[in-house]
Amino acid sequence: MKHVARSTLVALLLTPVLATGALAGSEDVVVENAWSRASIGTSRPGAAYMEIRNAGDEAVTLTGLQSDLAMMSEIHRVTTDARGVSTMAPAGAIVIAPEETVAVAPGVMHVMLMHLRRPMQEGESFPLTLTFLDGGEVTVAVPVLGIAARGPEG
Amino acid sequence: MRRRAILGYGAGGVAALGLTLLAGWWQVDGPGALAREDDGRPLPLTAMEFDLVDHEGRPVSPDMLVGRPSLVFFGFTFCPDVCPTTLADISGWLDELGAAANELNVVFITVDPERDDVEAMAEYVGYFHPAIRGWTGSEEQIARAAEGFRATYERATTDSGDYTMNHTSSVFLFDAAGRSVSTIDYHEPREFAVPKIRRAMEQETEGAT
Ligand SMILES: [Cu+2]
Repeated sequence: MKHVARSTLVALLLTPVLATGALAGSEDVVVENAWSRASIGTSRPGAAYMEIRNAGDEAVTLTGLQSDLAMMSEIHRVTTDARGVSTMAPAGAIVIAPEETVAVAPGVMHVMLMHLRRPMQEGESFPLTLTFLDGGEVTVAVPVLGIAARGPEG
Repeated sequence: MRRRAILGYGAGGVAALGLTLLAGWWQVDGPGALAREDDGRPLPLTAMEFDLVDHEGRPVSPDMLVGRPSLVFFGFTFCPDVCPTTLADISGWLDELGAAANELNVVFITVDPERDDVEAMAEYVGYFHPAIRGWTGSEEQIARAAEGFRATYERATTDSGDYTMNHTSSVFLFDAAGRSVSTIDYHEPREFAVPKIRRAMEQETEGAT
C-alpha cells in the first residue's frame, strides 16, 4: 500500500508531460464548505472541516496548514479498527488528483488545531492557509459554528 | 482515471503497529485478560460493578441504569473530532425520538479522568442534548467500567506534545433489563442508529412478559 502510494506520487512528479496548460497546480484548488466547532477555552484542541477540490488538470499535493488561531495545525485521519477503537494520526501530505475532491469530514479526517491562541467563538471565523508542494497557498475563512454542529449548515 | 495517493503512511504505520502491540498486551497480560474468553460483547449491566459520579457530582453505578433502556459510550472532552461528532449525532437521534428520549438513559463515560473532572464533564455535556449524562471517577473505577462494557482505551502522545486517548467509539445499547442488545459503530451509516435505538426500547415490553 505504502509502496503503491509512493510510486504513484513519484510517477506524478516525474511526468511533467501532463502539464499542458499554462495555469495549473494549487491555483486551481478550491476550498468549499469549511466549518469548525466552537471551543471551550483554549486548553482543548479544535477541529475544522472542509472540502478541498482540485479543479485543475494536474495533481496537487497539500503539504501543510497554518492559522494564527493555533500554534500548530495539521490534517489528521481517523481510523476505526475491527474492535471499534478509533485512532487519529497525522495524514501526512495529501495528493489530490485532477477533478478530485478530498473531504475533510467528521469520522474521516479533520484539521486539528493545536494549542489555540484564543478561544474559538461561535459566530466568528478565522483564516486558515493551506500550503501546497508547488509553493502555492490557498487561504480560506473558516466559520466557527456551535460545539454540537454536525456539518457546514450547523 | 481517478486515483488518490497518500503520503505519510510511515507515522500511521508505526502508530498502528504500536496499537497492535498494545492491543496484544491488553488481551494477553493486561486488564483485558479477564475478558479473553468471552465474545467481546458487553456484560449485562446487572453483572457490572463500578462506582462513578455524574456531572452533577452524584454517585452513580450501572445498576441505576436498569429499568430503562440505555445508550452508553466512552470518550473524553479533549477529543477534537470523534467525541463531539458522536455526542452531536446522539443529540440528533434523541431529537428525532422526541418525547421517547425521556425514557432512555444516555451516558457518556470519560476515559480521561485526569482532565475530565465533574466540572469539565458538566460544562461539556451542557452543550448537547439534555438527556446526556456525563460520568467520571477514579482511573481504577473507569477501568472497571470499560472492562464491563468490553471497551478499551489508551493514552497516545500527539505531535504537539499533548496526549490524546484512543478509545472504543461504539455506542452500546441495552434493553430495560440491562441486557446488551446491539452497538452503533462509529463507521456505520448513521441512519441505522435510530431504528436500533427503537429496537432496544421495544425489548423493554418483550422483556417484561
Ligand atoms: Cu486530531
